[in-house]
Amino acid sequence: MSHQEKDSFGAKLGMWLFLFTEMLLFGGVFILYSVYLNRYPKEFGLGGHQLDLVFGATNTVVLLTSSLFAAMSVTAIKRGAKRLTLGLLSVTIGCALVFLCIKYLEWSAKFHHGIYPNSPKLIAGPPGESIFFSLYYLTTGLHGIHVVIGGILMTWTAVMVQKGILNSTDNVTLENVTLYWHLVDLVWIFIFPLYYLIL
Amino acid sequence: MSQDTAIGQGGFWRDTGRTGIGSWIFSTDHKRIGLMYLYCVLGFFLVGVSLGLLIRLELIAPGPTIVTAQTYNALFTVHGVVMIFLFIIPGIPASFGNLVLPIQLGARDVAFPRVNLLSWWLYAIGAVIVLVSLFTGGGAPDTGWTFYVPFSARTTTNVSLAVFGVFVLGFSSILTGINFITTIHRMRAPGMTWTRIPLFAWSLYATAWVQVLATPIIAITLLLVITERILGLGLFDPTRGGDPVMYQHMFWIYSHPAVYIMILPGMGVISDIIPVFSRKPIFGYKMIAFSSLAIAAAGSAVWGHHMYTSGMSDLGILVFSFLTFIVAIPSAIKVFNWVSTMYKGSISLEAPMLFALSFILLFSIGGLSGLILGAAATDIHVHDTHFVVGHFHYVMFGGTGFAFFAAAHYWLPKYYGRRYKEKPAIVGWILMFVGFNVMYFTMQVLGMEGMPRRYYDYLPEFARLNLVATVGSWILVAGIIIVVWNLWRGLFRGEPFTGNPWGGATLEWSIATPPPTENFDEDPVVTHGPYEFKGAGVP
Ligand code: HEM
Ligand SMILES: [Cu+2]
Repeated sequence: MSHQEKDSFGAKLGMWLFLFTEMLLFGGVFILYSVYLNRYPKEFGLGGHQLDLVFGATNTVVLLTSSLFAAMSVTAIKRGAKRLTLGLLSVTIGCALVFLCIKYLEWSAKFHHGIYPNSPKLIAGPPGESIFFSLYYLTTGLHGIHVVIGGILMTWTAVMVQKGILNSTDNVTLENVTLYWHLVDLVWIFIFPLYYLIL
Repeated sequence: MSQDTAIGQGGFWRDTGRTGIGSWIFSTDHKRIGLMYLYCVLGFFLVGVSLGLLIRLELIAPGPTIVTAQTYNALFTVHGVVMIFLFIIPGIPASFGNLVLPIQLGARDVAFPRVNLLSWWLYAIGAVIVLVSLFTGGGAPDTGWTFYVPFSARTTTNVSLAVFGVFVLGFSSILTGINFITTIHRMRAPGMTWTRIPLFAWSLYATAWVQVLATPIIAITLLLVITERILGLGLFDPTRGGDPVMYQHMFWIYSHPAVYIMILPGMGVISDIIPVFSRKPIFGYKMIAFSSLAIAAAGSAVWGHHMYTSGMSDLGILVFSFLTFIVAIPSAIKVFNWVSTMYKGSISLEAPMLFALSFILLFSIGGLSGLILGAAATDIHVHDTHFVVGHFHYVMFGGTGFAFFAAAHYWLPKYYGRRYKEKPAIVGWILMFVGFNVMYFTMQVLGMEGMPRRYYDYLPEFARLNLVATVGSWILVAGIIIVVWNLWRGLFRGEPFTGNPWGGATLEWSIATPPPTENFDEDPVVTHGPYEFKGAGVP
């Protein structure tokens, strides 16, 4: 294999491997979740009821929409439609921002009720409840960081599309960033039922 | 590199636009990155050795001798952290893997040269963070390199920063793994079928999978330690409903497979060296290649053998004990094949071969003592004693450490165009080998007799053997100094090294010495296997 030509299959292979490691990273949290769910089923159920279903559901819709637009941007760039690609990417980035705003509202409402890591209220309550919320903040926080990173990557690719560095023939970077975004979405698809809908 | 003129032979040392340090720390050439890793790794090895020497010195006699108890705790922690995360995990794959892998595959570079450079930067940054953590905050961490909770969540020493440094190092390791897997899949020269891949490359392939699949678990575990310390999540805190044993599970789900990140590349080095210095093709190529994958797979399911004494169910102990014994099979296959390769070969005992031979012996001792630890009944007797310390040094240092030096003597002349002197190399090797066994075998005996590990002080009846072990450490270090000095001097000032003096048949021996920047003037076409060299009965 000569060194000049770009190996886009190789690039995608690398990205898939990386996404695999990200799944395993979250997998660690989910292992903890399942162990503690097994130990404190009642408290986990009660904890889940305290989470705001409206916020959670809205965010699910927002993320799924963003994933759709991200996927369409890949098709668009392959057809050479630069303006359209940029438009679709902007919607994706917008959705990411909306998601983060909702998350902020959700967290601050909880904080307001004295539910945050190590808070006196949680320490006084049953241990299982404190574990539930610790895991909740841990998982959604880690996921939130990934949303931020994904948003930054999206913005960066949008700039490259704008400059024409990414175009109809050379677009594997956009594809890879979109894959990353799908992963962020996928992880949320697990978080939502496990924390909000459980029991 | 001010000695540029001394290296002299051109190759990738010369032909580059930039000069000075920038031509190294911003270079995407896998050879330069490999050498940068090599120097860092070697530097940290020497730091770690100095700390090990201090540990042994403290233990020379009962009672306080040279340091306080707190300093002693910091010493064995930092020794462990440096040796594990800065020396032995990146050791062979990141340095020799980068130097050798693309050339062995017939490629001009790895699949993602810029990611490769990023890996090195992450390694350097992670290392700096770890070093900074020693001198800031509440002082050097004192938890042991395993950072076990609840102590690691409570101690006032600088654990958070050290753990964060290790997290960054893990990221570097993951990226290297991804790069190598993709390189092996996509960059092989025409004709390089899967059964013509050199065994060193095969071992890197298995290693890379472990790096990719296991490292994320340690990443999240380390993040949990940090959040535990900063936010007080209580996930591992029994008073808050958490479970400290869960920490141990998560830690060892990574760290046991990580043992194979440490040893597999070393096995690959040995598989490349033994046939060349026996003048015979490797015996059982496919079995060796396959056993690397088998070790990687089976080795991922045995983490529980570290926790027999922490209150696991009897069934769990039984299962983990059984699985642990399974891993011994592919390892034994390799040893058997190496020995068979040498059978009736015409063996030339040069420095790389001596290190390779001692690898086989020391690794076997380490592996057999591992079986004693794998069987629950005997483990309960020797758990957390000096027997364990002896065991893992036999595997990690006697195995991978010696393989590292074997690789250095085998490959480095190729990259410098100059070679070390043979006599000092052999003298150094003898001292290392003797000192090693005097020290670690004695430590295993001590452990059998009941001397615990990570203890500052011990009962008077252990005094004599501890003195022996400490004297052993001096012999060992004398050997290391001679070997490193001889390599260093030889590579910059030694006799010219050209052509293919070892007679290897892998692709790196078919190109100029030192290799040119792009490795190959013309993309090679592979027509034969990696061990079909002249003198091996193959024309
Ligand atoms: C001259 C070389 C070395 C000497 C003198 C030495 C000495 C020691 C001693 C005495 C201990 C026991 C600490 C204790 O349990 O109280 C120890 C622990 C350890 N050593 Fe070494 N060692 C050397 C080389 C290495 C190498 C090459 C490696 C890695 C490949 C290594 C990795 C470790 C680790 C991981 C520990 C465990 C620390 C802990 O228990 O937390 N050492 N070493
Ligand atoms: Cu293990």
